[in-house]
Amino acid sequence: MPSASGGVRKQYRLGVIDRSTLQAELQSRWAKLRGREDPNTRIGAETPGKRLSFWALDGIDLDIFRGERVGIIGANGAGKSTLLKLICRITAPTEGEIDIWGRVSSMLEVGTGFHREMTGRENIYMNGAILGMSKAEIDACIEDIIDFSELRAFIDTPVKRYSSGMFVKLAFSVAAHLQSEIMIMDEVLAVGDMAFQQKCLTRMREAAEAEGRTVLYVSHNMATIRQLCERCIVLDHGKVLYDGDTEHAIAAYLDQSLGGSDVDLDLGARSRPRQYTERAVTMTRLCLENKVTAVYVPGEELRMRLHIHVERPVPRLCVRLSVRTDTDVGLATAWSEPFAADRPGEMAVMLTLPAGSLAKGTFYASIGLCRRDEIGSMIPCDHITRAFRFEITGSPLWNTHAYSYMALPEMRVDTIK
Amino acid sequence: MQHTHISAKGRLFDLKLSELWRYRNLVWLFTRRSFLVTYMQTVLGPLWLLIKPLLTSVTYVVLFGNIAKLSTDGVPQLLFYLSGSALWSFFSSCVTDNASTFTNNANLFGKVYFPRLVMPVSSVLSNLILFLIQMLLTLALLLWYTLHGMAAPRLSALVLLPLLLLQLGALAMGFGIIVSSLTTKYRDLRVLLDFGVTLWMYATPVVYPLSAVDGPLRRILLINPVTAPMELYRYCLLGAGSVAAAPLVYSLVFTLLVSAAGIVIFSRVERTFMDTV
Repeated sequence: MPSASGGVRKQYRLGVIDRSTLQAELQSRWAKLRGREDPNTRIGAETPGKRLSFWALDGIDLDIFRGERVGIIGANGAGKSTLLKLICRITAPTEGEIDIWGRVSSMLEVGTGFHREMTGRENIYMNGAILGMSKAEIDACIEDIIDFSELRAFIDTPVKRYSSGMFVKLAFSVAAHLQSEIMIMDEVLAVGDMAFQQKCLTRMREAAEAEGRTVLYVSHNMATIRQLCERCIVLDHGKVLYDGDTEHAIAAYLDQSLGGSDVDLDLGARSRPRQYTERAVTMTRLCLENKVTAVYVPGEELRMRLHIHVERPVPRLCVRLSVRTDTDVGLATAWSEPFAADRPGEMAVMLTLPAGSLAKGTFYASIGLCRRDEIGSMIPCDHITRAFRFEITGSPLWNTHAYSYMALPEMRVDTIK
Repeated sequence: MQHTHISAKGRLFDLKLSELWRYRNLVWLFTRRSFLVTYMQTVLGPLWLLIKPLLTSVTYVVLFGNIAKLSTDGVPQLLFYLSGSALWSFFSSCVTDNASTFTNNANLFGKVYFPRLVMPVSSVLSNLILFLIQMLLTLALLLWYTLHGMAAPRLSALVLLPLLLLQLGALAMGFGIIVSSLTTKYRDLRVLLDFGVTLWMYATPVVYPLSAVDGPLRRILLINPVTAPMELYRYCLLGAGSVAAAPLVYSLVFTLLVSAAGIVIFSRVERTFMDTV
């Protein structure tokens, strides 16, 4: 068992550090010294709107075994990177314990420790040493590293003359050849060309399968998670939401925000991105008309009834609907024509989307309201990411792996000869 | 297989010195890199290493030797100032380099773990190498003056030199990492440091010999732990200086305390400094 964690929590304080923080700190210490109650914790508890700190990780218990390829997914701010930082010992947990058997090599960002003025070869030695290898170990595999990076011609040139793609290739090659038992990666594959990405994924699979190394991989790219990981952990607000096989985990991650029913959704209680706390208009309910389940045949129109609570009148309001795939890739966005929401209170609109170009697959729709101002620009008023899910049952002949999710209009043919 | 235990409560004396030894390759690479990078894309290259102290010493000769007419213990002025300012610049750059260990390397420290002490140790090492190169200049000058009968080095005392440099390096690193540990949250001390180091130089017999100071001022000078090593250095090299056992022992004990305290504080802070730096 290369890694185990028990009750790990990590707290961060909010706001800037200045004279007032020193004052608060001294107050707390002085109170503690006299055996009194800490005055600052009480302030924090009484005014919930102005918290002094938050828990980035809130009670994580995990056992990860040797040779496992584990993906970690979750929305931004779920605590993925914090968890990796604790395992890599970049910062210490506030509570709890972590036990690690074996050496850990981390690639939290590409080119960590690269120096612009040094050549590629010198940087390989430098980077290897930073990641804990001895000179002899690097000597033994430097040829492999150079071959893997495909940069032999440039290896004695200072890296400041490299393109960013070359930079990543070199950095990844060093990390992939480290003699460590546990490899930790945070979105390192986001850059670099497709062929190299595939090569890296293959290399990491091999490392896990043949050499028994453990891989922890954080990414927002569900396709690479699917390809690499056999087990996946979904984090949400610092807690483990799901831990198990990858397909279920990805479904759990994508569905975590959905309500109970498929076709009649209570939007009022759903969480919004932070910038939408003060809303003039709020989406309260969304019904998929005349549907029992959210399944459509290709060419069928999506008819939706959207209920809106109007706080302050908006003369020209538009609905924005963005469609993403089940691999969390953005596909397309549809706008509604503007309509008036000029009386405070409740109102409802019927939306009809001809979705004929969506060929087959499971889709997630994010829905938002925008106000169109005098000069025609759109100002977002409300937004819910992945508000609902729907499925389009395409022809069995349509292979989504080969043809993707959308059908373009049929091509016209004119016989020339 | 290597087992690592990470817990919220670190132990006070968990200094990870054996881990530092495992990373000695990295210490050397950092040392080499800082040396190479400084003089990359310059025409004169490492020659600057010799030009800088020479210019400083000539300034001192004019300022303190000819205008202020301070004593130099009967040693040729250029040699006196060159030896003093080289040793002082070794000490002071060790202090100032180490004082920003956490803030300067936050980017690297935030991405990857290695024993953080690697940084202070390698910065002392690279300053030591710079000092040794500058010492060649001092030795050349010394040889010239000796041949002309104007200086009398005590070759037997030169064996103390490595020990002396080790002590000064440890003292400077101790001071530096205490400052860097205390400035991860509140940076005030760092602002004060440059000014403090300049003042410190004048409280050290760099531009004057200890023998020129009497009374209560001399007592203050002897509280300064750098005074005794500075005098010893000149004594070894130039055969002039007031060396006594008591101040040397005091300075040694002081060094041990400061560097021990520094390492303990540093390893306390390094666990979570990324959250506040």
